[in-house]
Amino acid sequence: MARFDSLLDSLGGTPLVGLPQLSPSREVRLWGKLEDRNPTGSVKDRPAIAMVELAETAGRLTPGCTVLEPTSGNTGISLAMVCKLKGYRLICVMPENTSVERRQLLEMYGAQIITSPAAGGSNEAVAVAKKLAAEHPDWVMLYQYGNPANSQAHYDTTGPEILADCPEITHFVAGLGTTGTLMGCGRFLREHVPGIRIVAAEPRYGELVYGLRNIDEGFVPELYDPDVLDSRFSVGPADALRRTRQLIEEEGIFAGISTGAILHAALAQADRAVKAGERADIVFIVADGGWKYLSTGAYDGTIEQATEKIEGQLWA
Amino acid sequence: MTMAIEVGIPTILRTYTGGEKAVEGSGQTLADLFVDLDSRYTGLRDRLVGTDGTLNRFVNVYLNDEDVRFLGGPETPLADGDVVTILPAVAGG
Repeated sequence: MARFDSLLDSLGGTPLVGLPQLSPSREVRLWGKLEDRNPTGSVKDRPAIAMVELAETAGRLTPGCTVLEPTSGNTGISLAMVCKLKGYRLICVMPENTSVERRQLLEMYGAQIITSPAAGGSNEAVAVAKKLAAEHPDWVMLYQYGNPANSQAHYDTTGPEILADCPEITHFVAGLGTTGTLMGCGRFLREHVPGIRIVAAEPRYGELVYGLRNIDEGFVPELYDPDVLDSRFSVGPADALRRTRQLIEEEGIFAGISTGAILHAALAQADRAVKAGERADIVFIVADGGWKYLSTGAYDGTIEQATEKIEGQLWA
Repeated sequence: MTMAIEVGIPTILRTYTGGEKAVEGSGQTLADLFVDLDSRYTGLRDRLVGTDGTLNRFVNVYLNDEDVRFLGGPETPLADGDVVTILPAVAGG
C-alpha cells in the first residue's frame, strides 16, 4: 500500500535492500533497512510518534501542551513534525556541537531550541532538560532514554518488518544511542530467530564529547539491557566516514555518518562469518540520509580531512 | 614474558597519568592490566573497577574497539599489540 491519510500514517514499512557489491559472497549477505524513508527521514520517527501517542493515551499530553526533549537531532526533528501536526509546542535541548541543518529543520517546524554546552555532549543536554522539567512541572518531557514506547515502537514495527522481509536473518546490527532500536528489535528478533546475533555499533566521538567533569557523570540510558546484545563495538569517525563513502560509491546509498559506523560493525560480522565458513544474512539499520551532514564536511576531501572536520561534532 | 598493550586514557582520568593520552601496560588479562597500570598511575584502578573487580557502571572499556563486557569482562585475555580504550559512558539520540 502506498496511499495514506496523512504523513503520520505513512510511518514505517521501509524497504530492505541487498548490498550486492559489499556482501562478501552469496552465502554471506548484507541487507540495509532504509529508515531514511520515514516521514522526516530518520529511524527516530518511529519512537517519536509512539512516545507522543502513548502520552496522549495516558492523558499526559493534551491540546496546547508543551513538550520538552533532550536530543542531538533526529528525535527532535521527528518530534517537531509530530508536534506541529498535533498542535503542541516543542522545546528541544540540543548540544551546541550539532550540525546547522538539524537546527534549521527544527526551527522550520517551529520548535524552540535551548542549547547545551558541547563538552559532555548529550549527557549535558539530558542534565539541562531534567533541570528544566523540574522547574516547569507542566511541561511534558517524553524522555527517549527511558520511555518504554521508544523500544516498544521497534518491537512492534521495525522488528516484525525485518523478520517478514528476511526470515533467514542471522545478525541484526544497529546504532547504540538511546538503545531503543537495539532493545526493541533485539528482543523481538530473539523471540523469533533462534541463535540470532544482536550487535551494537556505538559512535566514538572526539575528546570534547567525553569532556565530563567527573566519570560519575557518565550516562547509561534507563532502557539499556546488555542481556539483549551479543556484542558492542565502538566505531571511530575515520571508519564511519570510510564506510559512509563506500555505501555511496559501491551501493548508491547516501546515508548519514552513523550508518557508516553501523556498516563497519556489520562488515566485521560478515568477515567473521566468511572465516568461519558460515552462512549469514546480516540486516543493518540505515538510520538516516546524508543530507543533514553536508555542512559538516563529512563528504568533502579525503577521509583524513573529513575526520578532522567532524572532530568534536556529535556526528551520530 | 612482558606484553605491550596500548591503553587510551580519557581526558577526565589523565590526572592519574600525568596528562598522558595513552600509556603502555602489560597483563595476561584486563584485571592484570589494571593492577599493572595502578602500580605506576596510583588510584587509576579504583576509578575503573569496584572492590569486587567488576567495571564501574559509567566506565566503558574496549579491547580493539569491542566492549569487554561482551568478551570476558575483567578476565578478558590480552595479547601483545592489543589496544585498550577507556571511555566514560555518554548518551546518544
